[in-house]
Formats: sequence, structure tokens, C-alpha cells
Amino acid sequence: MNIIMRYSLVDSIRSWPLAVILMLSGTAVADSEEDSVWLGGLRAAYFGDRPIVQSDDVIELEAPERAENAAVVPIRIKARIPQTDERYIKTITLIIDMNPGQLAGRFHFTPKNGRADLGLRMRVNAYGPVRAIAETNDGKLFMSRRFVKASGGCSAASGTDIDAAKRRMGKMKFKTDKPVLPGEPLAVQLRVSHPNLTGLQMDQVTQLYAMAHYVEKVTISFDGQTVFSAETGFSLSENPSFRFYFVPESAGELHAEVIDTEGLRFTGQYAVIPGE
Amino acid sequence: MISRGLVLALLLIAWPEPGSSMDNCKHSAKVVEIAAGNYVRPGKHAVVFDSEAVANIGFVVGNRCVAVIDTGGSYSEGQALRCAIRSVTTLPVCFVINTHVHPDHILGNLAFREPGVFYIGHAKLARALALRGTVYLERAAQQAGRPLGPEHIILPDLSVDGRLRLDLGGRVLGIVAHSTAHTDNDLSVYDEKTATLWLSDLVFMEHIPVVDGSLKGWLTLLETLKDKPAQRVVPGHGPVQAAWPDAAGDTQRYLSTLWEETRERITQGDDLREAQKTVAYGERTRWQLFDSYHKRNIIAAYTELEWED
Repeated sequence: MNIIMRYSLVDSIRSWPLAVILMLSGTAVADSEEDSVWLGGLRAAYFGDRPIVQSDDVIELEAPERAENAAVVPIRIKARIPQTDERYIKTITLIIDMNPGQLAGRFHFTPKNGRADLGLRMRVNAYGPVRAIAETNDGKLFMSRRFVKASGGCSAASGTDIDAAKRRMGKMKFKTDKPVLPGEPLAVQLRVSHPNLTGLQMDQVTQLYAMAHYVEKVTISFDGQTVFSAETGFSLSENPSFRFYFVPESAGELHAEVIDTEGLRFTGQYAVIPGE
Repeated sequence: MISRGLVLALLLIAWPEPGSSMDNCKHSAKVVEIAAGNYVRPGKHAVVFDSEAVANIGFVVGNRCVAVIDTGGSYSEGQALRCAIRSVTTLPVCFVINTHVHPDHILGNLAFREPGVFYIGHAKLARALALRGTVYLERAAQQAGRPLGPEHIILPDLSVDGRLRLDLGGRVLGIVAHSTAHTDNDLSVYDEKTATLWLSDLVFMEHIPVVDGSLKGWLTLLETLKDKPAQRVVPGHGPVQAAWPDAAGDTQRYLSTLWEETRERITQGDDLREAQKTVAYGERTRWQLFDSYHKRNIIAAYTELEWED
């Protein structure tokens, strides 16, 4: 059984009553109340009693205060420290407190990334905190937290032209910044065409929920060496998009492998040529 | 194209007596007769669910019966439109035409439900309503301050895939189901007698256009529609009528600017967040509700254009 499924299932159950209480209370909530889901079980489930420093000095989460489209909330995590062999960000865990299945994803980095920046698009189901927790190679944890006003992102049918999206499933697109400079961090965007169904999207006519079907593992390598990998949940928007950095020392090929919850495997390649 | 279902349906229609008991008219909507037999209830520019009577909706009166073109954003809005019809004619309503899935156009449907009334929508309307209905009802219930049941979501009795002609008695309405544009379920309605083209949200004036289907498809469709020899069009938001094809100008300019500037941002490697800060802000002073919908439009444009080619 994979980690994401187990965590999200256990934690949904564990923290759900609190979430319900929060929603029903309907009153203005102070900071500590905003964090009650986190403090009431989420934190312990993912990090036990390990100390977490809440600060934007290691990573800074950028998220809109109020989302225009709760099913497509663009966020960015900016690393405030460079990736060096001595000190680097190893993992970023993204948690959306009020989503069913709060663990949105775990993203893994190495010194080869140059910068552990990350750009994603999320579904946000209810007003609440979104938090990014960085684990550095020495095992310390740093959290950046933002309160995002959005609702219905997990139950909304985000797609506009549903038929066009279906025809495209599994298609991938790589894009890099230009020009490619050897030895310098290079921004890479990988887009994957996938419905990323949450399992919470109800058909009003049949009263049935479409089965959850989402991307759960992404591995990107450059000439056979992993440069970015992630375990993800359905909180990633339809057509997941990942923007990250890595340092190409010379020409080579980026390769992406994407596996979804039905075991479907998709791959894509992209040639990185310095100077272009 | 008239489906076999329609022929059968028309044979089965039992016309209700005019002025039935449902017409308990305390509040009647104010309507404007823009052409003989064509009445528009003007909408006011506001964010959907923040206000009532947002869209331009209306009806067309024939010799035998009345066709409603969109029913508004709530049951009470639908009732007020129904009363406006009663103030003009005693003929029964025979068709409720839903131009697309959006709540400010469709949530008044229940006010017209009675035997003999046929709901008409795009072939993809039922699916869109099935997927979005739950969320729409939740939002509408918050607005109304009381729960709303699933009876407020009425699926089409007749699904149009192509074209359909409706005879109201001495007056024929030509319905066209369009490919994905404003949404993936847009219908237009053409009154042949007065050459009045009800475009609904395929054309916005004053109120910023809202992209919920395909930017590319919408621009392509507007280009095609320009050849239509309409005397006037009814935009979904804006004045109750406007000259054609001039009425499309503002929508077209906004959509093509959004298209070009978004594509430029994608080519430059900007992510969605960056694009949201820069694309098409030259349009800001030209539209009402720009700040409410523009950033959302950039999301729609970006997520469509990034899959181009």
C-alpha cells in the first residue's frame, strides 16, 4: 500500500470531526482556531513530535489570499537557501488543512536542483491554511503557512472543455527557460494532461461520485539520474503542472515517468541543449 | 436537424390553460419589447450569486405560444419573468430555452415547470448541469438563506445537437447548438420574423466576458456569426439590444488580447501566477467587473493555451 493513500485515509478520518466543527461554528476564527485541524492531529500524523520552525527564511510559500478558481489555485514555493552539498532542502511536504486528503504531495530535491523552488496548481476545498514544510538534509523542519480563501475546489468539475481533456490524457509537455546555461539552475516545467479526479465530484443526475483517479507518482531524471520526484494526491489540479529547477552540466535528456492510481504509466522526454 | 424525439414530443404536448393557478403575480419583471414579440428583461452588472437579475433574459411570443429564453438566477426571478409574460399575453409557455449552464441564466427554470412546457438545451447541457448542479445549488442556497432542493435543476427534455426549429405559431425560432465557446453548451436563438438573434453570453457588452469553455472556439465562432444577417442581437450582459455585427467588437477585442498576451507569456516560460499579474491589463478600464473575473479568465486562457498544438 502506498504512503499517500494510507496517510490521507487515516488522517481524513482522524481530523474530520474537527474540520466539521470548524465549518459548523461559522464564527470568525483567530489564528489558533485556524490551526486547530493541524494541531488536532495533522501535525502529529506527519511529523510526530519533531520540532517545526515556522518561518519564511528557508522556504516561502506564495499563494493567493483569495482564489479566483478554487480548482486551479496557482502556488509557488520559493527556496530562501541555495542547494549545496553541505546544506540543502531534501523534501517539501505540502498540506492543505481543510481538504479531504490533506497531504497534497511530497516533493524530493537534491543539491543537483540548484534551487529547491516549486510551482504547482492546487485544489482548495474550504477556507483554511495551506502549509509547506521543508526538511533540510540535517533533518530540521521549517514551515511556511498561508491562509487561502477558496471553497469547493475538490468537488467542482474544473474542466471547461471536458471532451478535449479526455482526448489528451497522458500527453506531456516539457518546457525550459532559455537559454540553457551549463552549471546554472534551469527552470523546467512539466505539464501532464490528466483529469486528476478527486472522487468527490458528484453527478447530480445519477447521484454517483466519479471514482478517484489521479497522478500519484512523478519521477523526472536527467540522463538517468533522478532530479525531481514526487508522491502526489488529488489536491493537485486537473492537468498537474510541476515547475522546478535543476543544474544541467552538459547536454542531455530529461525523462519523466508518471504513474496514476489505476497503475497507468505515462512517459515523456525532452532534449536539453546548452546555448539553446 | 429535428430529432425523432422532438417530433414525438410535439405530438404529445398538451397545451395548458392560460393563466393557471401558478401565476400568483405580486412582482412582475420589467421587460422591454425590442422587436415585435421579442421581450428582454435587462440584467444588471453584478457578480453571480451576489445579486439577483444579473443576466439579460426574456421571451418571444408567437400566435400559439411563448418561448422563454433563459429564466434567471433564482426561482423568484423566474416567477417575475413569468408574471411579465402574463402582462403581455394569455398564451401559454410551450418552450423554455436554456442558452447555457450558468446559474444566472438557468436557476429560474422551476418557475415554469408544468405540463406542456418543454425544456430545451444543448446536447452537452445535461452533463454540465450534472457536474455543476450540486455546487450551484449550494451557492444559491447561501444566497437565498434557505436550502434549495434538486428540483431546481431541470435537465432538458430536448437536447439539441446541431439545429432545431421551433414553431410558436406564425413565428419560427431557429436554435443552433454551437461548438465549445463561452461554455461547452451554448445555444443561440434566432427569431426569423424580426431577424433578432439572441446570443446570450456569446456576446458581452459593458460586463467583462467570462471564459468557461474555449477561448479559441469562442473567437472562431464570433468570426462565423458575423455573417449572420441579424437586424439586432441580444447580448447576455449589456444593453437589451445592439447592432450586429458591431456588438461583437468589444468581446472579440478582449478575447483576442487575452489570447495573444497569454500565449506570449507561455512562450516566455512564465508560469500561471506570473501570467495572472501581467496579461491584458490594458482592458481594465474598458469593462465593469474586471477585477471580479479577469484573473479567472487568465487561468482559463492559460490552461487552454498551454495545450495548444
